[in-house]
Amino acid sequence: MQAIAETKTGSAHPTLVLWLIVGWAGFFIFPWYGVEDSVFTFGWLFEGYPFDEDVAPGFFHGVSGNKGWLLPHLAFLVGPLFALKRTRSDPLHAKILIIFGALGFGWLIAQGFSIGIRGWNFAWMESLFGPLGDRQFGMGTGAMLVASAFLFILTQGIAARGAINGDIFVVGAIGFVITIVTAFVFYPILNMLTSAFITQDNAYSIGVFFEKFTDRRLWGLGCLQGGRCGAAWNSLVLAIVVGLVTTVLGLAFALVVTRTGFRFKRGLRALTVLPIITPPFVIGLAIILLFGLSGNVTRFVADIFGIAPTRWVYGMPGVLIAQVLAFTPIAFLVLIGVVEGVSPSMEEAAQTLRANRWETFRTVSLPLMRPGLANAFLLGFIESMADFGNPLVLGGNFDVLSTEIFFAIVGAQYDQGRAAVLALVLLGFTLGAFWAQRFWLGKKSYTTMTGKGDSGVHPLLPKGLAIPVYAVVGIWTLFTITIYTMIVYGSFVELWGVKNTLTFKHYVTAFSIDFTQEGVRKYTGSAWDSFTTTIQIAAISAPLTAAVGLVTAYLLTRQNFAGKNSFEFGTMLSFAIPGTVIGVSYILAFNVPPIEITGTGVILVISFIFRNMPVGVRAGIASMSQLDKSLDESSLTLGANSWQTFLNVILPLLKPAILAALVYSFVRAMTAISAVIFLVSAEYNMATSYIIGRVENNDYGLAIAYSTSLIVVMLMAVGLLQLLVGRTNIGRRLSQSSPRN
Amino acid sequence: MLNKNSKAASVSFDNVSKVYGHPSTGVRAVDNVSINIEAGTLVTLLGPSGCGKTTTLRMIAGLEMPTNGTVMIGDRDVTHLPATDRDVSMVFQSYALFPHMSVLENVSYGLKFSGFKKSEIHDRAIAGLNLVGLEGYGDRLPSELSGGQQQRVAVARALVLEPQVLLFDEPLSNLDAKLRRQVREEIREIQQNLGLTVVYVTHDQEEALAVSDRIIVMNNAVIAQDGTPRDLYDAPANRFVADFIGEANIVDCQVFAVEDDVAQVELHGYKLTLPARDSQPGPSLLGVRPNRIIVGEPGATNALAGEIVRVTYVGNHLELTIQTAAGNLFATSDDVDAALETGTQISVTFAKNAPVLLKE
Repeated sequence: MQAIAETKTGSAHPTLVLWLIVGWAGFFIFPWYGVEDSVFTFGWLFEGYPFDEDVAPGFFHGVSGNKGWLLPHLAFLVGPLFALKRTRSDPLHAKILIIFGALGFGWLIAQGFSIGIRGWNFAWMESLFGPLGDRQFGMGTGAMLVASAFLFILTQGIAARGAINGDIFVVGAIGFVITIVTAFVFYPILNMLTSAFITQDNAYSIGVFFEKFTDRRLWGLGCLQGGRCGAAWNSLVLAIVVGLVTTVLGLAFALVVTRTGFRFKRGLRALTVLPIITPPFVIGLAIILLFGLSGNVTRFVADIFGIAPTRWVYGMPGVLIAQVLAFTPIAFLVLIGVVEGVSPSMEEAAQTLRANRWETFRTVSLPLMRPGLANAFLLGFIESMADFGNPLVLGGNFDVLSTEIFFAIVGAQYDQGRAAVLALVLLGFTLGAFWAQRFWLGKKSYTTMTGKGDSGVHPLLPKGLAIPVYAVVGIWTLFTITIYTMIVYGSFVELWGVKNTLTFKHYVTAFSIDFTQEGVRKYTGSAWDSFTTTIQIAAISAPLTAAVGLVTAYLLTRQNFAGKNSFEFGTMLSFAIPGTVIGVSYILAFNVPPIEITGTGVILVISFIFRNMPVGVRAGIASMSQLDKSLDESSLTLGANSWQTFLNVILPLLKPAILAALVYSFVRAMTAISAVIFLVSAEYNMATSYIIGRVENNDYGLAIAYSTSLIVVMLMAVGLLQLLVGRTNIGRRLSQSSPRN
Repeated sequence: MLNKNSKAASVSFDNVSKVYGHPSTGVRAVDNVSINIEAGTLVTLLGPSGCGKTTTLRMIAGLEMPTNGTVMIGDRDVTHLPATDRDVSMVFQSYALFPHMSVLENVSYGLKFSGFKKSEIHDRAIAGLNLVGLEGYGDRLPSELSGGQQQRVAVARALVLEPQVLLFDEPLSNLDAKLRRQVREEIREIQQNLGLTVVYVTHDQEEALAVSDRIIVMNNAVIAQDGTPRDLYDAPANRFVADFIGEANIVDCQVFAVEDDVAQVELHGYKLTLPARDSQPGPSLLGVRPNRIIVGEPGATNALAGEIVRVTYVGNHLELTIQTAAGNLFATSDDVDAALETGTQISVTFAKNAPVLLKE
């Protein structure tokens, strides 16, 4: 064992060797720039490799003389070789790795940003170094491998200097998460920020920002005099109303479930699944089926009362109804935990102190629910701000920021700057709401869970409150059931309101399969393309999202390092950023080198990872904080390193969290629209954007049929999750708590 | 398979401090502590909660890194070495058994990372289980064992690695009182049979006295006293140790002469000659154990006059509270038939060599 202990700290550096090999392979073997097909088809090997411009590795680009700026990478790859001979405790070992890792990484990024498809990216560089004879495109596999090699050489150097107890895995993981969050959250957002200041002829100007920022279409208050209001006011008012209404409704539901003798509590809990599996605009479609010009209710009312059908539902009322329906279950989900969490003994204490039920509720229960109420409001507010599907379907002349951003980018006006300014306003609102929430909650402690068993019982709701709560919940439930029935029913109706015969036509159009004589299947349905793409992209991004989320959660719960708070803020930031903003910032940032991935499947996968990562992080943190830290520590003292500990101890105990993160990110990737709508391309079309396209062509039948199919697929996914989690839970995870008590 | 451990190594701390937060303004959990633990001995870190004993233990394990100072295990400087790379294993208060692994897998866990062959891992793990008396329990899950059995698995898991140093962090605190005595004797027996270096953390002074070769009492991040169990009980260095280990009456006294390490002490007219223990003439403190107080007839010469204010019968002895000029004294008397009642006037003397002069 002594010998083993020595090799561990001696001059063998398996991880370093691995990353050096990766770096060298990236520089000498793999194409430096992005190739047209996937690298793994190896088609590039037959296209004039290694000398052809399109597929050459970095080294050949460098020596061919045209792209001399790639050659310094070689020096930075040679440097770390000198560290191999030295022991880890040798200060020179760490120094060499840090210097060459940092220089290499820095150089790679600097050259990537300085030289683009038109030569120098910055005028001052051109004037300084003279015009450049060549140009470069988006980085490919080779560049990516070299970049990761430099990054991990750098982190190993930092680890060797003693950071985080010299732990290579942890330092590497921190470096990796920081790098990808910077590249795919901070960089696009900052990039968008600057593009708000760019004029038509590519100069920077504050004036252009103010001109766009003070636009009447953004801040106009015409609606007070019967005209139209600006999109910013519309969005803000809508989001506040939606936030308030969903919070109140969510609270009503939570109270019914926890504090009444209501019999069908499980049924109500099932409602929480709805928002996860419902594509975002489906509710809007159902509302059109009910209240649109040829909607059921409209015609019914018209027949009975002789009121001429109007288009009243298009605009704020329709959007409001749709969003409230869509987001109330989210508020319910948040509030049920909080309402259950209020310690019954506090309420019992209040009652023994002569407060009646109403006074207890008002003075103890409700104030203790404040954080939950604030969270529910915040979620409703952000979801409403970011919602794209419902305003698009139902908005009419009611402009909101998310749709305005979309039209600024894809519309005839194509105005990047305007999109950026609108996105900034939107981002300002959501971050403002975050800040306001913190301010409101202040520093008061709302902790009511003591960790010890709480044997009390929640008091029942006071009568005066119970009746209206029941009424609200009843009406809402009825309405929701109607809506979802309409969706299913609508998918079988030939042409809503015009020809009400039942038909499978829409399903056939979307999902038909032809069998030829030879038994070969041909997927002739119009939806197959987008459907398979969606499943593929969702299937690829789900495990990646879960992995990044869990590693981040591990770092946040189990490790201490400088800057941990800003690290946490950075990883959670993308949650506060509306999808529309992410979408805009991604196309602005990633359709030019060095990272040129617009129009590929990669950009979709990446956007899903960073949109859904916060949920994985939260799920991971929640379950990891239930695992006693002494489990990790005992593994470490038994000789496992932190990677082995993560693999052998933490991961097996986190199975339920992993599955939850997997399914959640899978389902979210299938229903996402706000960011996706900007990022899809002809080749990579997603189900949701395909459906939106059908809606815009007034092809409601097909859209609804497709949505119904998606709901079924996702229900199956969620059901599968319940099954799997249920099975891994048996008796094992709880065992940790028994020896402690 | 598990022979007398030839690898047992010494542990030494040289001016080690651990500060949480900013080095100058943060909380000092361990303040400039120097310790020397000889190979093959069982040394206990004893103290009230928050005294820094667990932090000290975790610095030996490599789970915390010292802010200043040097930690040596054997001849090797391990100050900056993480837990993984130290040849130390630890038994946790919560046992920290991996709930998803069987008992045998738990015990084999550390061996897997030590470069042993598969068959040897199995043999050693079985031998470890036999050593703690858990033959045949290998296939069970930890949740299927009783608390005491889980504790033994944790010990076996640490033992099979034949570490240079074995650490125990309050290993008995989750066991009931009877089991505690049994398990601590087993731990002591294994330690002596295998010649292990063991560092043991507890806040239970009785447990510490029972198992240790040496006890290091810690208070407020520093060492209060370091010595054998008998040293600590019979000659506590200061008020804290006297009070923390066993029960003690601590009274103000006057030292009026010190000569050749012998001090002349007066306690309200009661004159005593005691080992000086570095004390200087002037006011001082005197500590005396309750069972070393002798109750005599009233009016005796060179004694304290007192009155019994409370008598409690607790079965095998009497507990007395005696009001004297030096304050209330707590005494025990084995003579349960003595006619001692509340209000009885008595005189109080101390057994020879019983009282000790204490520093504040």
